[in-house]
Amino acid sequence: MKVSENWLREWVNPQISTEELNEQLTMLGLEVDDVIPAAGEFSQIVVGEIESIEKHPDADKLNVCQVNAGLEDMLQIVCGAPNARAGLKAPLALIGAVLPGNFKIKKSKLRGIESHGMLCSSVELGLSDDHSGLLELPIDAPVGKDIREYLKLNDTIIDVDLTPNRADCFCIKGIANDIACANELTLNYPEINEVPATHDEVIEVDLIAEKECPRYLCRVINGIDNTKTTPMWMQEKLRRSGIRSIHPVVDVTNYVMLELGQPMHGFDKAQINGSIIVKMANKGEKVTLLDGKEITLDDSYLMIADEKRHLAIAGVMGGLDSGVSENTTDIVLESAYFNPATIMGKSRDIGIHTESALRFERGVDPYLQQQAMQRATELIKQICGGEAGPIQEANSQQYIPQKDKIKLSKTKLRNILGFEVENDKVTKILQGLSMQVEFDSENWTVIPPSNRFDIEIAEDLVEEIVRMVGYDNMPSVDLITENNILLLPEEKITKNRVRTQLNQLGYQEAITYSFISEKQLQNYGFAENSIPLKNPLTEEFAIMRTSLLPGIMETANYNLRRQNSNVKLFETGNVFHTDKQSNVIENDMLVAVNIGNRYTENWGFDTKSNVDFFDIKADLENILDNTKSEYAFTKSEHSFLHPGRQANVIIDNKNIGWVGQIHPEICRLIGIKKEVYASEIKVNDILNTRLPSYKDISKFPSVRRDIALVAGNDISYQQIKDIILDELGDELVKTFVFDEYKGENIDSTSRSLAIGLILQKENATFEDKEVDKLMAKMLSSISTKLNIEIRGN
Amino acid sequence: MENLKQLQEQAQKEVENSQSIQELENIRVSYLGKKGVVTQQLKQLGQLDPEVRKTAGAEINKIKIQIQQEITQQRDFLHRKELDEKLKAESIDVTMPGRKMPVGNLHPVTRTMNRIVDLFSGMGFEVKTGPEIEDDYHNFEALNFPAHHPARTMHDTFWFDDDKLLRTHTSPVQIRAMKQMTPPIKIIAPGRVYRSDSDQTHTPMFHQVEGLVVGKNITFAGLKGVLNQFVNAFFEKDLKIRLRPSYFPFTEPSAEVDVEWKKDDGSSGWLEVLGCGMVHPNVLRAGGIDPEQYTGFAFGLGVERFAMLRYGVKDLRQFFENDIAFLKQFK
Repeated sequence: MKVSENWLREWVNPQISTEELNEQLTMLGLEVDDVIPAAGEFSQIVVGEIESIEKHPDADKLNVCQVNAGLEDMLQIVCGAPNARAGLKAPLALIGAVLPGNFKIKKSKLRGIESHGMLCSSVELGLSDDHSGLLELPIDAPVGKDIREYLKLNDTIIDVDLTPNRADCFCIKGIANDIACANELTLNYPEINEVPATHDEVIEVDLIAEKECPRYLCRVINGIDNTKTTPMWMQEKLRRSGIRSIHPVVDVTNYVMLELGQPMHGFDKAQINGSIIVKMANKGEKVTLLDGKEITLDDSYLMIADEKRHLAIAGVMGGLDSGVSENTTDIVLESAYFNPATIMGKSRDIGIHTESALRFERGVDPYLQQQAMQRATELIKQICGGEAGPIQEANSQQYIPQKDKIKLSKTKLRNILGFEVENDKVTKILQGLSMQVEFDSENWTVIPPSNRFDIEIAEDLVEEIVRMVGYDNMPSVDLITENNILLLPEEKITKNRVRTQLNQLGYQEAITYSFISEKQLQNYGFAENSIPLKNPLTEEFAIMRTSLLPGIMETANYNLRRQNSNVKLFETGNVFHTDKQSNVIENDMLVAVNIGNRYTENWGFDTKSNVDFFDIKADLENILDNTKSEYAFTKSEHSFLHPGRQANVIIDNKNIGWVGQIHPEICRLIGIKKEVYASEIKVNDILNTRLPSYKDISKFPSVRRDIALVAGNDISYQQIKDIILDELGDELVKTFVFDEYKGENIDSTSRSLAIGLILQKENATFEDKEVDKLMAKMLSSISTKLNIEIRGN
Repeated sequence: MENLKQLQEQAQKEVENSQSIQELENIRVSYLGKKGVVTQQLKQLGQLDPEVRKTAGAEINKIKIQIQQEITQQRDFLHRKELDEKLKAESIDVTMPGRKMPVGNLHPVTRTMNRIVDLFSGMGFEVKTGPEIEDDYHNFEALNFPAHHPARTMHDTFWFDDDKLLRTHTSPVQIRAMKQMTPPIKIIAPGRVYRSDSDQTHTPMFHQVEGLVVGKNITFAGLKGVLNQFVNAFFEKDLKIRLRPSYFPFTEPSAEVDVEWKKDDGSSGWLEVLGCGMVHPNVLRAGGIDPEQYTGFAFGLGVERFAMLRYGVKDLRQFFENDIAFLKQFK
């Protein structure tokens, strides 16, 4: 809502500066977004009148005007404006004038003819960007008068960003009321006179949709002078509120809306067939609006119609042919109260945002229509004359909102605010906000004004009180609450610990968007059971991710393209899909990628070696070692992974994710040339850890035995390890592979493995003989179960 | 006896002049070895008459011990010298770079969110979370946004169907927490939220931390107190903050919180950092709490906003570009 400061001060004029006024508005919850001067910086521009005009002898588009600027002599001005004509009054920049942008007016010659100044359009004055011609001033504008003074341009436009609850402040009256209350002043209400009917013509109103339109007023005004133009003062007020002057009748309705808050509409009486009918539209009906847009309706639209057709979408916009035009002489003014719920959302649905809809959907004072009608009639008669008929009102009392009494106790006020406000002050504030107030030493009983749709309960009154007391004047109090100790389950590790552990392992945390493109999902084959957005911003953000992989891959790619030879990234976040019953499932996942050089380039490192499966597996194992559960890596067949380099991650017999090399074909599709190793697991499944429990440390020496065996490539290390564990049991403290060999002397379908074993007893020294026996049994078990050649032990 | 003294002096000279352990050892053998000069002298003692033998024996032994001591001393000295030379030869250039395995760090948003959570945890707030795909009820209806309410236009919402949506704020966790808990309630809810808005100052996804306190004596002035403490603790500065009336359907009274911030040009202005208010009675009721018995306050803050102010990040969108060069700055 844009407000002219001068206009506001006509209603209430506290003795504070513009800056203080703006600060006050902001601190009342009417946030000032911007403060704009009503006109540009200029000097020495006066009202000039073109006395005579003739064509420039050497230029087609220029005229030579003799202009009266109230000086002794006429000034000769060369002017190219199309609307320059004898008798026109327009702003004239005299020699020596400075226009916005520090543009100085000097005596000049245009194609050989001297020009002693410049006639101005509204652009030169910084009023608008209307380049079409000279700013036409009214006939009665006093020649020679300083234009700044004449148009009262020493004004600021205050742009107030209204919150949706303050429908009452969509007009000068509403904002002025808050300012008056805050400064303990009374409002200078303009005198609004009843305009008596001078004929008895009425248009009948058939109010069918009573609930949606509880009150509808209309009034016929015949014989307006359609040659009249809107007075400058009104045009200026409208302009400063961001509304263009169109037609005196339209301008007046807009003026009343800005002043009192009642949106109105003017119909051309000649276009109305019979009576006005207020009813709901039928589904499929169409209406063409003022802006030429055709709207297909349904039965949720409230319509203003006549006996033949729709005239307007109530409260939103008038129809194309029924509004006032330059030829209109007889008009019908509408002033109505529409139910906010009926208008809500309509603007958005049809993509037409009007000042009227904005106000009706937030709530227009349901008791304002008579007054607004009087005000508009009075102003129209002042400008264009005409004869007004009686006001025709149709209403349905039962649907007109009533303001109920609200009770606010002193206790409640104190309990919410946490500090005391004097009783008198409370009463004064509520009264200052145009409420009816009674106080009985304990409770206030309040009836709020009918334009305050936001005041319904005691809490709403508390806000009004503290707003007027000033949030700044409220004390800041230490919070005292009952505190229970926060639980800290030691058998749970936090996601944050996993994150910092990954940091220590060299992974950088990333956060990517939760929605990705369909193409991304399809690249990985992740589109199944995915959840698309109904209204995505772009195709890139169309579907909720079902995996963190596509996002982190894109991030990795972004960074690989920025000269990073090694990219190690991880992300934690939700993935989304639907289950068989179409329920939404959210899983908290962890993804990590490791690409490129294993080490940063540094002396003493094998800088040529690249990461492989076992690097990311090691990092994953480090994380999984936190858990109390056994974990394992089992063969998997994910199509987005390298068929020979992938595994499922199993904890407690539950598959919690995968680890592997991303399929080179997918890397090619997205443009990554390097091998990408990645893993994605359900993060909540790795957060259960064990409570440490002390065990005596064995005092007896441990024994190391190494075994070497040649196993077919189809036999996994896990199979061998399982047998070793099975045979050696608790006394095996550690197993490790210290070599794998493929190549010369070994069949190409096999490999040699060298495994180290550490054995120890808790309460005795392991005798060699005993160890030998155990080893022999274990080796024979391996050799028979897996058909493996033992090379040594 | 003259002879002995000379011998001792001779030995001492040789020992002192020796340059290596080996040379010293040779000297030792030549004097104290089986065939050494001193040993020979001792052996010859038997030929002397007993009277002389006793004193001569003592003399020789004394010299033997003296020489022995000198040798030991010199050995220690030479040993040390040799070690010093060896160590000197082993010197390295300590300015060569260490064999570092680079470590990563948290995303600045996580880092900021952790900091916020830690500060509130210190005040006894418990962390709660909720789903990101919410329903109309939790995101709007229960928070006192009726259908078609104009306040809904403040939230550009991503929808899945007529009911399911991406939560536009962390406030739905208020409802979930109230339904699950009984007062006193003191929670914070960090998480991702979504609005269908994208430009220089808006990303369609961002992070919020919601706070909710419900109990007895929970007041608007208390809310101001908590936020004052929090803002000063977060920025580790005594910043001026101001509460300004605003509107959220789920709080009444409502406020926007601005902090006074020095701009690059040296001037200062107010920057909006969070929204807050007293929990609306309709919202308490939706959470199963009797508004006649209890009051509550709630606040919600934008994590990226706090991160930008704290670390001087200029462009919001950088948080989700994940350029490693950007991320590494938050070590």
